[in-house]
Amino acid sequence: MLVASNEQASGFDARPAGSPAEAGQSTNASVTPILDVRGLSISFRGRDGITHVTRDVSFTVAPGERVGVVGESGCGKSVTGLSLLRLLPERTAIIDGEIRFDGRDLMSMRPKEVRAIRGRDISMIFQEPMTALDPVFTVGQQLVETLRTHYPVPPAEARERAIQALKDVGIPSPETRVDEYPHQFSGGMRQRVMIAMALICKPKLIIADEPTTALDVTVQAQIIDLLTELSENTGAALLFITHDLGVVAETCSRMITMYAGEVVETSPVDDVLRRPGHPYTSGLLRSLPRLSDRGGRLPFIPGRVPSPNAMPEGCRFQARCPHASEGCERYQTMTEIDRQRHARCHKATQLKLEGAV
Amino acid sequence: MMSRTKQLMLLNRLVQAIPIMILATFLVFSLLQLVPGDVAITIAGENASEKRIQEIRELYGLNQPFLVQYGNWLVNAVQGDFGESLLSGEPVLETISRVFPNTLFIVAYAVLLSVVIGVPLGIMASSRPNSKLDGAIMGASSLGVAVPNFWLGMVLVSLFALTWNWFPATGFTSPGESFTSAIWFATLPAIALCTNGIAEVARQLRSSLVEIHSSQHVRTLHAKGLSPGAILWKHGLKNVSVNLLTVISLLFNKALAATVVVETVFAIPGMGNTIVKAVLEGDFPVVQGAVLAMVITVILVNLVTDLLYTVLDPRIQQV
Repeated sequence: MLVASNEQASGFDARPAGSPAEAGQSTNASVTPILDVRGLSISFRGRDGITHVTRDVSFTVAPGERVGVVGESGCGKSVTGLSLLRLLPERTAIIDGEIRFDGRDLMSMRPKEVRAIRGRDISMIFQEPMTALDPVFTVGQQLVETLRTHYPVPPAEARERAIQALKDVGIPSPETRVDEYPHQFSGGMRQRVMIAMALICKPKLIIADEPTTALDVTVQAQIIDLLTELSENTGAALLFITHDLGVVAETCSRMITMYAGEVVETSPVDDVLRRPGHPYTSGLLRSLPRLSDRGGRLPFIPGRVPSPNAMPEGCRFQARCPHASEGCERYQTMTEIDRQRHARCHKATQLKLEGAV
Repeated sequence: MMSRTKQLMLLNRLVQAIPIMILATFLVFSLLQLVPGDVAITIAGENASEKRIQEIRELYGLNQPFLVQYGNWLVNAVQGDFGESLLSGEPVLETISRVFPNTLFIVAYAVLLSVVIGVPLGIMASSRPNSKLDGAIMGASSLGVAVPNFWLGMVLVSLFALTWNWFPATGFTSPGESFTSAIWFATLPAIALCTNGIAEVARQLRSSLVEIHSSQHVRTLHAKGLSPGAILWKHGLKNVSVNLLTVISLLFNKALAATVVVETVFAIPGMGNTIVKAVLEGDFPVVQGAVLAMVITVILVNLVTDLLYTVLDPRIQQV
């Protein structure tokens, strides 16, 4: 049922938002995307057979663009993020589709070529700053290592660069902290170190996988501001994987909504906040608590994300959708709402869905 | 140099060592009372008169109450006087300095073999967990843990020494005399001692490395663009070094204890052999001195291990 071969992907033509031409129009005219993902289907081989995690995921990121990927837990956001750097376990992950970075096909590259891109051209920031750094090396050693893995920088200069990188992410007295170990840093400070490490080689794309989820609310805002500022200054594109729609609204120009392993909507942030094209996006937006509505009941989406082993035929959201009707039992392709907005819903052009604004 | 906290810690540990040494020697002394036989009769020789035996008892203080005897020994030992063997008359310190290097040599040899063979096996097994290679190495190491070293010692002697004549069956040259000859004599005993060690090093290293490889910070290392080799040799091994060190120090102490059996099988003039002989003869000054030397060695090994922990893992501040 969920065999996601290339033929199927092209047969359903489910990537209107993903084609370079359109992505170019939607963001920056005549610029080829830095990241172009087409028909990405990821499955895992397990004891009980194959589990399909994502199907036919297509999207693009233009150079310097900030794109948010949102969705509930378990909808394939993080797996998609990891697959972009080929970080999924090779023995169990089956990846189908195309990932083009800067015009080069990441999927067909040899491991050595992929390693040259990791940390240099594409870097990644993870959710858990408490465990993402090696506990037995100083943060300076880890920063220097990242730099020297990719560039022949002499040790003394690399150390200076590491101190500068710590300064750039707002760590006080970086000259002394550079020689401290991760356990001597707080969670927020560690995430700053992670950001410093992600930026030290001046990458073209940063993938941030829920970088603030594990942090205090007050620290979250600082980290998000920092990421936005630094990506703006360095011109790095940012793929922001999060379930926090507020963050996306604040920082990103485009939003990709994922549901049950599929991209269900891509749209500029301003548009999607006002008028989402997919009932699921609308549900997510309506579930955001608003200070103006105090005392009222918070709307929520009934039910839960179907498990990968029990995906319904047709629209994967139909069981939870208030607008479900005839036609939802069929496989849903991406429907164009306008040039920049696409939703995986056959009623996308008819529905008038409520947004967050 | 050493930080103040480390100096304090060191002092603390040395103070703690004193009651351990007293307790260990007291326990061994008490147990000696249970060993059958009378050292006075042994010293007096065959057909000695009851009067002669009584004189010997008085001469060596053997007629005094057990606690007084221990007290006398302790008072002298604190002053550095460990007495002489009741039988040979050789000062205990001389005996120990003669035989202990042999034992330390064999133990160090065995621990070295355990690490040199166990580490590559552990790394190989961890590189593909649950593969056939992993299964084979882990299966063999289960066997290695289970095999008793005295039995293995006898098998080695019968095969390599008696049947094939590759190594000497028994005997020893002290490493100070001739190092190559010492190696030649020590190889079979070291092999008999190290099988458990190889197995334990391999198992511990495998499980630690498998855990590290699936950790989040190793994922970060992959995301930084490091090669699998750099991740294993630089980050992996440093991360598991504390576990490995723990295993090695335990191995050292275990091997030290196992020499009692292995030295007897190979007839090596070491501490184990000396202790066994002295216990059987009731030569308590030798037993006490040897036990004290062993206890001090174990305490020192543990202390060095704890100091190395703080070097290997920055999160460990004090011990």
